[in-house]
Amino acid sequence: MFAYNLEMALRSLKRNRALTLLMVLAIALGIGASMTTLTVLHVLSGDPIPESSAQLYYPQLDPRDMDGYTSTSKPPDQLSYPDGMALLKAARGTHQALMTGGAVPIQPAQSGIEPFIEDARYTTADFFPMFNVPFIFGHAWASTEDAAKARVVVITRELNDKIFNGKDSTGQSLRVNGHDLRIVGVIDNWRPNPHFYDLNMSTFSEKENVFVPLFTARDLLLERNGSSDCWGNNGNDGEHMETSDCVWLQFWVQLDSPAKAADYKEFLVHYSQEQKALGRFQRPPNVQLRNVIEWLDYNKVVPGDVRLQVWLALGFLVVCLVNTVGLMLAKFLRRASELGVRRALGASRRVIFTQLLVEAGLVGLVGGLGGLLLSLLGLWLVRLQPSDYASLARLDLPMLLATFVLAVSATLVAGMLPAWRACQVVPALQLKSN
Amino acid sequence: MDIMPILASLRHHKITALLVVLEIALTCAIVCNSVFLISQRIDRMNMPSGVAEDEVIQIQTADIGRRADTMARAREDLAAIEKIAGVKNVALSNQVPFGRSSNNSTIKLDPNQKTESLNATMYQGQDVIQALGAQVIAGRDLTHEDNVDLSVVIASKLTVIPKVVVISSGMAEKLWPGQSAVGKTIYLGDKPMMVVGVLRHLVRPSIWDWNTADYSIVIPMRIGATPGTNYIIRTAPADRERVLQQAVAALKVINPNRLILKKRSFDEVRREYFQDDRSMIGLLVGVCVALLVVTALGIVGLGSFWVAQRRRQIGVRRALGATRANILHYFQTENFILTTVGIAAGAALAYGVNGLLMQHYELPRLPGAYPAAGAILLWLVGQAAVLWPALRAAAVPPVVATRST
Repeated sequence: MFAYNLEMALRSLKRNRALTLLMVLAIALGIGASMTTLTVLHVLSGDPIPESSAQLYYPQLDPRDMDGYTSTSKPPDQLSYPDGMALLKAARGTHQALMTGGAVPIQPAQSGIEPFIEDARYTTADFFPMFNVPFIFGHAWASTEDAAKARVVVITRELNDKIFNGKDSTGQSLRVNGHDLRIVGVIDNWRPNPHFYDLNMSTFSEKENVFVPLFTARDLLLERNGSSDCWGNNGNDGEHMETSDCVWLQFWVQLDSPAKAADYKEFLVHYSQEQKALGRFQRPPNVQLRNVIEWLDYNKVVPGDVRLQVWLALGFLVVCLVNTVGLMLAKFLRRASELGVRRALGASRRVIFTQLLVEAGLVGLVGGLGGLLLSLLGLWLVRLQPSDYASLARLDLPMLLATFVLAVSATLVAGMLPAWRACQVVPALQLKSN
Repeated sequence: MDIMPILASLRHHKITALLVVLEIALTCAIVCNSVFLISQRIDRMNMPSGVAEDEVIQIQTADIGRRADTMARAREDLAAIEKIAGVKNVALSNQVPFGRSSNNSTIKLDPNQKTESLNATMYQGQDVIQALGAQVIAGRDLTHEDNVDLSVVIASKLTVIPKVVVISSGMAEKLWPGQSAVGKTIYLGDKPMMVVGVLRHLVRPSIWDWNTADYSIVIPMRIGATPGTNYIIRTAPADRERVLQQAVAALKVINPNRLILKKRSFDEVRREYFQDDRSMIGLLVGVCVALLVVTALGIVGLGSFWVAQRRRQIGVRRALGATRANILHYFQTENFILTTVGIAAGAALAYGVNGLLMQHYELPRLPGAYPAAGAILLWLVGQAAVLWPALRAAAVPPVVATRST
């Protein structure tokens, strides 16, 4: 029966080639535009660290003075040095790390390579186990090396390929801003997107290739990147960040159960009260503890333009579908006499309806195929754009399947009305005239 | 032309006619809002920077390793660039308009104020105004006598600071609406500074609220050649390329071991700053064109169907004395009626969409000119699209009436 329906559908589609082409093209354009923008949205709103995003938390405190205080003030997005150190030393989570971003000049010992600047992360040791960072050579540094301000460094596979031709470089030294640091580990390709642990940097294109212990970096006065917010009257000159009234550090803590997270929030409130009693904090306790996904939502990491583009494309798809519904309706009604004959010969409404839907589904399938090609083209165009997320815009398997499901189901829904309308044909009326 | 027969005929094709109206309405709503968004983005991309844009170049450098006496090295670099033929002014600045990286501060009019008056960006350097070619419209420009060394400021623990500043007119107007800002005092923290001049414009390096894009302060302060600082050079438009090359070469001669992070003309600075807006405009234009094409093709397709369906009817009318022009006008009028209804619904829908956009994106209310222009555009598209089917209808010979199908 299905084969028969398919044959009938093909015949009917062939009869009006231009019209069929028009319907397929409209569907393909609508699907192509929608899938391109949805893929970009899908990539940008993904979970950067799915295996543990629910256990990783970002505490916020409010250490500022009363200037500009209102009861609805939000705590700053980063921590000051004393607070970061206090939370680090309290060690209440399974892992915790204090960090900030930076940029360092690298002078390779190999003569052939010119010096260059690399983005860097200055962090304490737990960064690597907490975020499950994979190593190809060596290992992370230990907490004792944090405290000792050890001259050690972890680099990425990319940098290792560039300087050491991909060979195991652990034990060798890397000249960073004029200081020799011993390479203890090389990490494999690891690039969470968005760059959730520090959203002050560019959110999607960030590629840090150098990791230095935080206290070592401060000791060597390596250049810091990112934002710092200060209050009161002491300006900051980059060298005295530890003692200034500024927030400039990110702190992440791993808490394995919701109960532990609740306890931790309690701890943050107590800590704030204690600091207020000591006179360091002036505002009433104002704490937040968000996990990765909540933190990304709070910071609205998906650009507004990307959402707008999705709505625009969906609007376009609706117009294309309305267009297709209109054309199908005209087409099906044109065949009223044919359908009338078939009805008179005993075909039930259901049979006619199914046959017309097969025809619509066929248009959807071919349109979906065209849409797939167009979305590959669209994503290629997106990748040519200079936006920082451009290189991430690639179609993955779920989106590929979604393209077909969307195309076929949209056309089937669009075919419903014309098919139903055509089934209402009264056989006798069609047979009478002509 | 009598429209009653057309309306009667459309009643027989209610659903199809409704679909055409719906398609035109949706197209109208989307196109109106898209074109409005495009015009907003274009306004944004053309926003004044206050910089003599075709005369300015930027070179950003970073040294390797921490070097002593950044102030002396800045002096040496500036002197070397100044010697290059064609250089009108050169400055070392902590930041560049539209350069993204910025240093901002809250401003008060009274040190005891609990909440700040506004947040402004701080350009620090010497000769920054001259090198950028910013226009002083009130008061005076900064002079070398105003300059204080950053090293002195830090060594004195902020007790010795510049006493005067120049601010942008946007900021002056916000702080003292309708008054002259010259001679007034602003506070950075509890440090007073007197406004001695006002600039026509000076845009921020990085804009997050378009209403405060022009809130800038220029602080007369000699800064050191630390990583990320910018040499701003002003020269004749034709000399930019050559001066850029020579300046980079000169800086490399002084210190071969330095990295050039950026070397570009201000045209490029602006282009890079607005690159996402440009992509968005491209996308919006693309969608609008695609929408109009799809809608037009839909009208062509449906029109052809209707014509084919009514061949006998048309033949009868022709046999009864209707001219070709009558038939042509019939279909043109029919399209005009459908398009007009679609446009009316579309204009209402456009304001609905605009309302949603206003909630989520800082957009003003859609001006009436957009739906009006959209209406004219869609009428034209509709008439162009229906022309071919209508001409085919007009070509139907009267003899068709006598044939049976």
